[in-house]
Formats: sequence, C-alpha cells, structure tokens
Amino acid sequence: MRLSSSAVRLIIPAASLAVLLAAVFYMQPRAMSYTGLNLLFNLAVPIALATIAQMLIMAVNDLDLSMGAFVSFCACVTATFLQTSPVIGILIFLAAIAVYAGIGVVIHLRQLPSIVVTLGMSFVWGGLAVLLLPSPGGAAPEWVRWLMTVKPPMVPMAIVASVIIAAVTHYVVMRSSFGVLIRGVGGNDRSVERAGWSVVGIRAAAYALAGFFAVLAGIALVGLTTAADANIALRYTLLSIAGVILGGGEFVGGRVSPIGAVIGALTLTLAGSFLSFMRISPDWQIGAQGAILIVVLALRLFLNRLEKREKNR
Amino acid sequence: MTALTAKPWIWSFAAAILVWIITVLFTGGSSSVGLSQATLTFAAFSVMVGIGQMFVITLGPGNIDLSVPATMTLSGTVALKVMDVQDSMIALGLLVAILVGIAIGVGNYALIKLLRIPPIIATLSMSFIVQSCAIWTNRGLRIKPPEMLSDFTTSYSFGIPNVALVALVLSLAAWFLLEKTTYGRWISAIGQSSFAARMAGIPVDGTRFITYVLCAVLAAVAGFLLASFSGGAALNMGAEYLLMSIAVVVIGGTAVAGGNSNVPGIWGASLFMFLVVSMLNTYGFGAGVRLILTGVIIIAVILAAGGRRALR
Repeated sequence: MRLSSSAVRLIIPAASLAVLLAAVFYMQPRAMSYTGLNLLFNLAVPIALATIAQMLIMAVNDLDLSMGAFVSFCACVTATFLQTSPVIGILIFLAAIAVYAGIGVVIHLRQLPSIVVTLGMSFVWGGLAVLLLPSPGGAAPEWVRWLMTVKPPMVPMAIVASVIIAAVTHYVVMRSSFGVLIRGVGGNDRSVERAGWSVVGIRAAAYALAGFFAVLAGIALVGLTTAADANIALRYTLLSIAGVILGGGEFVGGRVSPIGAVIGALTLTLAGSFLSFMRISPDWQIGAQGAILIVVLALRLFLNRLEKREKNR
Repeated sequence: MTALTAKPWIWSFAAAILVWIITVLFTGGSSSVGLSQATLTFAAFSVMVGIGQMFVITLGPGNIDLSVPATMTLSGTVALKVMDVQDSMIALGLLVAILVGIAIGVGNYALIKLLRIPPIIATLSMSFIVQSCAIWTNRGLRIKPPEMLSDFTTSYSFGIPNVALVALVLSLAAWFLLEKTTYGRWISAIGQSSFAARMAGIPVDGTRFITYVLCAVLAAVAGFLLASFSGGAALNMGAEYLLMSIAVVVIGGTAVAGGNSNVPGIWGASLFMFLVVSMLNTYGFGAGVRLILTGVIIIAVILAAGGRRALR
C-alpha cells in the first residue's frame, strides 16, 4: 500500500510518541491508567493549541516569537476580566485577535521580517500582561475550570481534547478551501495573487485564526492552573516552534501538518515526565527537549535521503 | 551633512542623545555623570553580544543565533568555577570561557550543516542542551569572581567603565573585520545572495562556520565579564540578552534580511535601549509601561526602516 507523502511524514512523530509512551509505561505501569494518562497529558492541551497557532503562522512563511507572551497575556485576561466581567474579557480577546490580524497585514505590506515585528510585539504583550497582573493572581472562571477538569468515560479529557483539536484543525487546514489558500500563500503567494485571491486578506485571516487558537491556549492554561501570572507561558514560544517542526512542518513552503503539530506538542510534554521516570536529574530536562528535537530532525533527514534515493532509482 | 544623515546608524545615536537629554532634565543635570557611566556599563554587554549576532544575521535570512543566553550562562558558570576566586587563574578562566564559546559554536554549525537543521531550531536545541549543562555545573553554589577581575569589571579608567573599554576594543576589531578584510566582504556577499557568492568562489560553508563560532565566542566572553561584574553566575543571567542582541542589531540599522550591516549602529542602539529604560524609571513608570514602550520602539524602528523588496 503506497502511503501518501504527508502520511509518511507523520510516521516519525507518531513513532516517537509511541516509543516514548511505551517507555513511560514500562517504567511506571501505573501510568497506564485513566488518571495516569490524564496527568501525563493535561498540560499538553494548552501547548497543543499554542502549537497550532504557531503552525498557522509558519504556514504563511512567518515565525511568531511573541506566542509565549501572547498566551501569557490571554491567561492574565482570563484570570481577571473573563472571570469578573466576561463581556469586557471577550471584547479584549476580539481586540487582541484584530491586532494579530493587523500585524499579519503590516508584515506583508511593508515586507518586514516577522521575527523582529513579533519580537517587538512580545514586549508589548508582556507589558500589558504585567499591567494586568503585576503579581500572580486572578481566578479561573467557573466554566473554564469545569471544561478542563471534566471526566469523560473511558478516555481522559486530555486525550479527547487533543484528538478534537487535531481533527478540527486537520479539517480546516488540510481539507477546506480556506486551508488550501493559507498553505498556498505559504508555498507560492505570487500564483495565489495572480489567481485573483487577496494575499493580504488571506494572511490577515491566517493570523487572526492563529490569534484565536492562542487565546484558547491561554484560557485552557488558566483552567488547569486556576490562576495566572505575566510569565506563565513564556516557554510556549520555543515549545510551539519545536512542536510544529517535530510534527513534520517546515519553515517555508506552507508544508505543515496539524495532526503532526498536536503529536509534537504531546511528545514534548511527555519528554519531561519521561525523564522524571528515568530518574534523570531535573537538570537535564531542558537539555532532553533539545536532544529530542535533534534526534527527530536527524531521523527526518535520513528518511528524506532514503526517499530521494528511491525516487532516483 | 547629507553624507552624515545617510549613514544608517546615525538615527540610533540621535535617539540615544535625545533620550539622555530628557532623562537628565528630570534631575536638573545632577545625574548626568552617573547616568552616562551606568549606560556605558550596561550597554557594553549588549554591544558584545550584539556584534556576534550582527555577524550571524548578516549571513542572510534565517540565520540567527538563539543560543546566546545559554552560552553566556555556561561560560560564566564554568569560568568562575575554574578560577575558584584566585587571581592567578584569571587568564585560564578567560581561556576556558573562549573554549566553551568555540565548542558551542562548532556544535551549532555541526547541527546546521551536517544535519541540515535550520539555524533557528539548531541554535534553539543547542541552547536547551547548553542550559542544562549550566544547571548541572552550577549545582546552586554561588562562586565569586577573583578579586582583581571583579575590581576590573566594576571600575573606571579615565572616567569610562572598563567593560565599556573592552566592548569598544572588540567593536573596533569587529568594524575592521567587517569593513576592511576579505572575510567581511564575504559575509556581506553571502548575505546578499549565497547562490551568487558560491558561484563567485567564496567558501560559503567555511565562512558561515567561522561566523557562528565567532558569535558564540563573543557571547562567552560577554558572559565571563557579566558574571565577574555581577559577583557570580546566575542561571538566568543571559535571559534578557537574547531579545536585546537581536533588537540592538535591528535598531542599529543592520538589514535583517542580511548583507548590510554596521557596527556603530549597535553602540547607538545599545545606549538608546538602556537610556529608554532609565528615562522611564526616572519618570516613575512601572515595568509594564517600560515593556510596552520597548516593544513599540522596536516595531516603529523596523516599520520606518522597511524591509527588503522581495526579488523573486
């Protein structure tokens, strides 16, 4: 059975996740339970949402270095406004998404490097978050807390949520015409422009959708931690980029994979727990995430070489 | 006069002077010396990492070194441990710091070249691993720098902070390297079009290798001096220098798309960034406003400078 190339690209991240999961179960058989799985993958839900957001921005050939600061800002808004006056909270979120769309437009119109613009925006979001919550605090709204702690039968919430996220974004990005347009802009925006579409509009929409998912990530995070802080999600910037790359996405060309991105997020979340079970000192947890990235990318290079050799035969 | 205004770095200096005047006005002129010395001291560290980052960014789009903070942390930690508060070991400590930088630079480029990993991810992964090494080496002990070194980094010669003088010497060397040597020409050529550079016979891989090693070594030296200045190596000492190194390169007038860079702009931008923070502190603004304004400034500068017209 000939697999499509996109399916082949998913093999490495899926295999890495499976191997890691098997290793965790081997070392700690009690993790193979409902509660165990929920605990292992709980924190993966906001990371997966942030990874999807980053994926959408990478799909149009840009990079968002403000993801962590923006998710922290959304978490702060959730813990303050969304809890006390939901209407204002929602208005703030809509304004933030509009600003995100605006950034996408500005980057395209002035041909600016996205790294620098998003770098500047990370300071802005960080400053706004600090103004909202100078010290950790706030409280999670009731409905958010309920959503993140619900206990569906048989399969833990974390897994259900991840599957839903992967399925929905796979449909939107890979199967709808909107998704095709986004990836087309990433692949060759000149031809999309010539075909009559407005590249500016598509980019604004991609950025707005990314902002929407980042807002969801912030809300989900507060649902899990019940309070927020201005720096709560700063590491999401690098985690989200790593998650997309792990999942088979590429920086340029519009080649992204939503399912791969979610799998990448799950793998990175699991890596931390894996190290604890291996009794490796927590000193090396961060280093292990770097090592995993390198190993997966090396594997991918190896697979690509094999693919090329097959084609040339 | 027009020749002066045409230089890309003149605006960062003009902005720095403007902010300096505004800040000094608040205290009626009494803080001018203290402010200038503090500015020069802290700008010096930004300049050192900024120069390394500038060389890497000049190589072309997609080339960036995200392992700078981790390199600073590891080199500071290891060097202080080796020197063990003894004045006689200072030279060895500096050598160790440089070796750490070389090792990290080689590691970065090995990932980029051998495993074909994009520089952003390669330096990112490297930074994770290096940070872990730093955590493991540090073990929570706070080793002090040798007394002579600590005095050197915190004192002044002719009224100018010593670290600023070190940064000045490094800048002059970097300027010479960029403008007057073949290597400098090669970097700019690769940044403008690596394909054309390769066709012209420039050793693209070797040049990129040297550049990444140079950036890591500069970060290592900056970490060495910063740890001595601060009285010890903290695990998050490099955190703010990542964004700062990129910001001072951009605000200083270097094209982020590569191929066009200048050293004086880095000084102007470093002074400007620190003076903005000082000005906001002097006028009583909190951390939140400070962060927002820093971000708005970076965006405004890049908006005004514009980007490279896509030449596809």
